[in-house]
Amino acid sequence: MLEIKGLRVSVAGTEILRGIDLSVRAGEVHAIMGPNGSGKSTLAQVLAGHPAYTVTAGTATYDGKDLLALKPEERAREGVFLAFQYPVEVRGITNSYFLRSAVNAVRKHRGQEELDPMDFLHVLEAKLKAIGWDDTLMNRPVNEGFSGGEKKRNEILQLAVLEPKLALLDETDSGLDIDALKTVAQAVNKLRASDRSFVIVTHYQRLLNFIKPDVVHVLADGRIVKSGGPELAHELEAKGYDWLRAGAMVS
Amino acid sequence: MTGIEAQVQQPYKYGFVTDIESDVVPPGLNEDVVRLISAKKDEPAWMVDWRLKAYRNWLKMEEPHWPNVQYGPIDYQAISYYAAPKKLPKLDSLDQVDPKLVATFEKLGIPIEEQKRLTGVAVDAVFDSVSVATTFQAELAKYGVIFCPISEAIRKHPELVQKYLGTVVPHNDNFFAALNTAVFTDGSFVYIPKGVRCPMELSTYFRINASSTGQFERTLIIADEGSYVSYLEGCSAPMRDENQLHAAVVELVALDNATIKYSTIQNWYPGDEEGKGGIYNFVTKRGKCAGKSSKISWTQVETGSAITWKYPGCILQGDNSIGEFYSVAVTSRRQQADTGTKMIHLGKNTRSTIVSKGISAGRGQNTYRGLVKIMKGAEDARNYSQCDSMLIGDQCGAHTFPYIDVRNSTAIMEHEASTSKIGEDQIFYLRQRGLSAEDAVSMIVNGFCKEVFKELPMEFAVEATRLLGISLEGSVG
Repeated sequence: MLEIKGLRVSVAGTEILRGIDLSVRAGEVHAIMGPNGSGKSTLAQVLAGHPAYTVTAGTATYDGKDLLALKPEERAREGVFLAFQYPVEVRGITNSYFLRSAVNAVRKHRGQEELDPMDFLHVLEAKLKAIGWDDTLMNRPVNEGFSGGEKKRNEILQLAVLEPKLALLDETDSGLDIDALKTVAQAVNKLRASDRSFVIVTHYQRLLNFIKPDVVHVLADGRIVKSGGPELAHELEAKGYDWLRAGAMVS
Repeated sequence: MTGIEAQVQQPYKYGFVTDIESDVVPPGLNEDVVRLISAKKDEPAWMVDWRLKAYRNWLKMEEPHWPNVQYGPIDYQAISYYAAPKKLPKLDSLDQVDPKLVATFEKLGIPIEEQKRLTGVAVDAVFDSVSVATTFQAELAKYGVIFCPISEAIRKHPELVQKYLGTVVPHNDNFFAALNTAVFTDGSFVYIPKGVRCPMELSTYFRINASSTGQFERTLIIADEGSYVSYLEGCSAPMRDENQLHAAVVELVALDNATIKYSTIQNWYPGDEEGKGGIYNFVTKRGKCAGKSSKISWTQVETGSAITWKYPGCILQGDNSIGEFYSVAVTSRRQQADTGTKMIHLGKNTRSTIVSKGISAGRGQNTYRGLVKIMKGAEDARNYSQCDSMLIGDQCGAHTFPYIDVRNSTAIMEHEASTSKIGEDQIFYLRQRGLSAEDAVSMIVNGFCKEVFKELPMEFAVEATRLLGISLEGSVG
């Protein structure tokens, strides 16, 4: 599904990622953990194509395609989804209109007929039902006046409706209380599928209590310094990140 | 950010010139020109006297330079004050309209031929200095509604014109209003009788075609007691290297319980990337809520013109009367706009609402200037003002000058203002959901303007959103 080799990334002349290798197969859930400033969010942003980041070396192959050669919207239409750490407000545009535009952009790309408002409403209702949520966010302007929890929930709702093949979750747990965290995690679990991979970026292990990853990677100073099974997350929770950072320095 | 800016700066689609034989008065302005215009229109003596009075006043006035716009001196003697196509149809018949004129308006999306007319919209088509066609006049007459060129109204309905013309915008109101009074050539006249709800949208389309001319139109709308009318004006002009002056005056009068909804989609040629050419849109628009519980609502979408200087306002004279102003002003390239409103509260319990959205891109400069004045006798007056500015790129500017003058302590005033910038992160968010960069900008701008667009008649809301290069939000939500 996703194959990253030797990826180096700079922002405004400063190198953030210093050679990332990562292989994610269809249906797998990978967690990327690491201390603040280690480059976790940069990895998510650069895979989605944020223009502020410059790839200086390496490759990223997604579904057999050169991911880095695609524009952000092309990546999205090909099934790459980023749940933002800081979702942006769009004044005056309702969530449902925004989401329908997004769905139709994807459908158009696939050569499918675009959905009219009524058709979309049916699709939306089915998706909401599948993850057990109501439609209270749909007729409000995109993220405007949303609480932190509502914003994160809205990201997962978009994920559910857009049905990506590769979902990147950037600190989706930050700013959530325990109940909201559970709600979001349960929805993500329902969205796990054999043809859908997840890359979950998180600082804390607590999200991984609810979403069980297949592989955990630790990112420090722009490199993956350790990879392992779900038990690695627990080890990090107990020992912190410093022991691995020291390792990164000598390697 | 250049990609985003390019998106806002679309090519001007209406810049063509119609090759038509015209009767053009040589450039220059003096009393003889004023008399000549009046004679061409076959006007009564009181009109020519009023025009001359305005002209003599104008000579003593100075061009205002307080707006936050910059331009070189205007040579009023270099402008031709009258230009009209030679072959004009006889009154009350559209069959004889020059096919070139029909084709011109068709190209602008304003079909005037019988079989192609827009349903539910009556159109007065003004080409340079004259009205060339007015549709649905007979149908409207069945309801007692008068909708005709103002030159025709002066001849056919002198009592109505004389009673109201100049009562809202006096002949010496300001420099450009005085000039307009002296030399105005055509425009629309509307009278809605007592208790009548006008059965269709009325609209006037103004087209400047001839070079080195100015367009000076005059519109007068009277809504008698308990009546309702929705009126819309549109406009465009060829792309020329010269600046052309457009100085209009619009007067609205709403009597007891009457409502006038006046919408403008202004798309005059804005000039090129370097600021060469374009229309100077120096316009005086004012409505008087003369009767109790009357209402005047202005909605404007200003996308064109090199320079815009206009403040459609309301004089809220009748008790319980309501004034509204909804505006979207876009300045890109090197366009400059100084626009806003004046709400003058005289009557008791009067209310006004101001919603202004300024969008600046390229090297555009956008100024909101508004006055809310609560006079001594205006007990329990209320105003709500909201001024939002959006910046696209880093070479444009947004300015806000709200003036508030309250002389009655029972007044309640609310003012909100915001400035935002379309940023890379906002665009990226939408692109990450599959929208192209162009669609992302469109959606953000559309959402920003939504409160104003929803005030436009449906047919024209589509036109307005298209003008901004944006797709209209669907019916859901």
